Amino acid sequence: MSTAFSGFSLKQLRLKKTKMSKLVRREALWGLLFLSPWIVGFLLWTFLPMVASLIFSFTNFSLIYPGETQWVGFGNYIKFLKDPIVGMSVKVSLRFALIAVPIGIIQPILMAALLNDGRLRGKRFFMTLFYMPYIVPLVSAVYIWAGVMNDQTGWINMALRTVGFPAPDWLNDPTWIYPALIIVGLWGVGDMMLFHVAAMQGIPTELYDAARVDGAGRIASFRHITLPMISPVIFYNLILSVIGIVQYFIIPFVLKGGSGEPGNTTRFYAMQLYKEAFAYSEMGYAATMAWILFVFVLIMTVVLFATAKYWVYYAAEEG
Amino acid sequence: MTAQTKTSRSMHSSSVIAQRMRPFLAIATVTLFTLMILMVWLSPFGYMVATGLKDRKMITEQGAPIWPATPTTFTYEGKDYPIHLVPTEDGTIHRWAIFKKGREESLFIDPENPEAEPIQWTGRWRTLKRDWKFSPKWGNFTRAWEELGMPLLLRNTLVIAITGAIGTLLSCIAVAYGFSRFRIPGKNILFMILVSTMILPTFVTLVPTYVLFNQIGWVGTWLPLIVPHFFANAYNVFLLRQFFMAIPRELDEAAMIDGAGPLRTLISIILPQAIPVIVSVGVLHIVWAWNDYFMPLIYLATKPKLQPISIAIQNYNALYFAQPHMVQASSLLGLVLPVVLFFAAQRFFMQGVVFTGVEK
Repeated sequence: MSTAFSGFSLKQLRLKKTKMSKLVRREALWGLLFLSPWIVGFLLWTFLPMVASLIFSFTNFSLIYPGETQWVGFGNYIKFLKDPIVGMSVKVSLRFALIAVPIGIIQPILMAALLNDGRLRGKRFFMTLFYMPYIVPLVSAVYIWAGVMNDQTGWINMALRTVGFPAPDWLNDPTWIYPALIIVGLWGVGDMMLFHVAAMQGIPTELYDAARVDGAGRIASFRHITLPMISPVIFYNLILSVIGIVQYFIIPFVLKGGSGEPGNTTRFYAMQLYKEAFAYSEMGYAATMAWILFVFVLIMTVVLFATAKYWVYYAAEEG
Repeated sequence: MTAQTKTSRSMHSSSVIAQRMRPFLAIATVTLFTLMILMVWLSPFGYMVATGLKDRKMITEQGAPIWPATPTTFTYEGKDYPIHLVPTEDGTIHRWAIFKKGREESLFIDPENPEAEPIQWTGRWRTLKRDWKFSPKWGNFTRAWEELGMPLLLRNTLVIAITGAIGTLLSCIAVAYGFSRFRIPGKNILFMILVSTMILPTFVTLVPTYVLFNQIGWVGTWLPLIVPHFFANAYNVFLLRQFFMAIPRELDEAAMIDGAGPLRTLISIILPQAIPVIVSVGVLHIVWAWNDYFMPLIYLATKPKLQPISIAIQNYNALYFAQPHMVQASSLLGLVLPVVLFFAAQRFFMQGVVFTGVEK
């Protein structure tokens, strides 16, 4: 606890200058005491590691030969730009993101629209069961889907064959692996779906009544009322999806054991980063990859926030 | 709503009954449609249960049903004869055991009348379907339970999950209380920093943190999976703060006047009113920790005796990938506890989500 206070001695000095009363100061001290777990935690698990990470990125620090650590300047960054495997993994991640993010944005909107439909009965029942796969352990979910999408014995291909459609080898065909991964991922859409449902329920009904008086149909009111009114949630989902997708690798990792199969389509950036750090113990280079990832996420977030004023509608959230 | 107004607008239509039926038809159509989607959505669970109960041979057996089954046989004079579904000219299908196989003609026995002469049937017996009976192999689950070493996994996973939940609750409640009730200089900036940590990629902090834990000898222990949770996290602080701010301040002011200190106020005024959200945070943490795969993978890769269930299932399935029934049985063991917890505390799960959702 004492560290938290010593860290904030500067702020206390400022307090004295503004001649705050004893009571106000006491309140601030109590407040800081309650915040201290997070303040200490932030310094210990976030701020210092970030600085350390940045320092690592300019060294050749390896956990196997820690004694031989040397400054390499921008060596890791130059290596990064020339590294063909990293280049490939960047392309893989971007290609996957271009397919997965739009689907991940649209899917919860459609599900929430269905669950929010006035003609649907048993909403709570449906909501609970659509949400449920979200709490299934990822490892179990991956193996369940690997079974369902099995080339020969999986239910999907059995159904496709019965109807007479060609049955692809979902998990081993470079064309079908992304749809397969996206299907596994979409199973965990539950919490986003609930956010969207909550947002839709918060839309005042007068808006729909007014639109109806003006002769707007179902689709028009969805497009001109529902979508703008839930745009803050869509925006939130978009930000989280972008952050999530650049770090995506666990599902293909469990499925393919980090092999990058089929045909390097699952050699995701984060998988490569994981390998550099924890398979090859190249902490310097891994830190470089992590910082470049961080800067990319930061730029994407800033860009998205800049676009927000053109399409995200915040009028409902005043105060 | 919309359907009803539409009907009233076109009241001049001839059949009044048809008009009255329309809203019900709309309800039935939408609800049935949703039910169909739900069935597809949940069908992987069906696959898991069905496959987990199957006999290994029946998974790849030609013509075997999708439910757990074994082919039926009939014992005649000490020998087993497989039962087939045999159609006869009058259109009925008989369950007959094949006694003597022939190319174009075969002899069958009727199990209901075995004393009679074998029946001669003309046709290719290979085109006949087998008769199946429901026969779940519950033994797959006991086998998975034993081979995974479930008692040890339960101990490991629950220790990690429950101590982590205690840490999360203690720290996040304190921090959320600080953010929701105290005037602190720079509080808004601190809160913004807190929220912005949500967008931080894990890897930026993970690499040095791993090096640190490696240095102090924590890699290969539970500590890296537990200790950081005692320092609060943005998501749960946000959730709890939302809830605390909705509790009227008059109550804690009254307590303060009665001489209660800040800690006393938190314990006797705030916490009793925040029980639903506290349960939400606790239960969600337990499920999160139970499901977590990445952190145990990094910190416990070399310590099989300390690994939680997620890692154990993956290792097990990497070994038994050619045995789909065992893969599914072990996957089921992995998800039973979160799913049971979810249905038992369903209100708290959904509530937690909706509370954060409304604000964002």
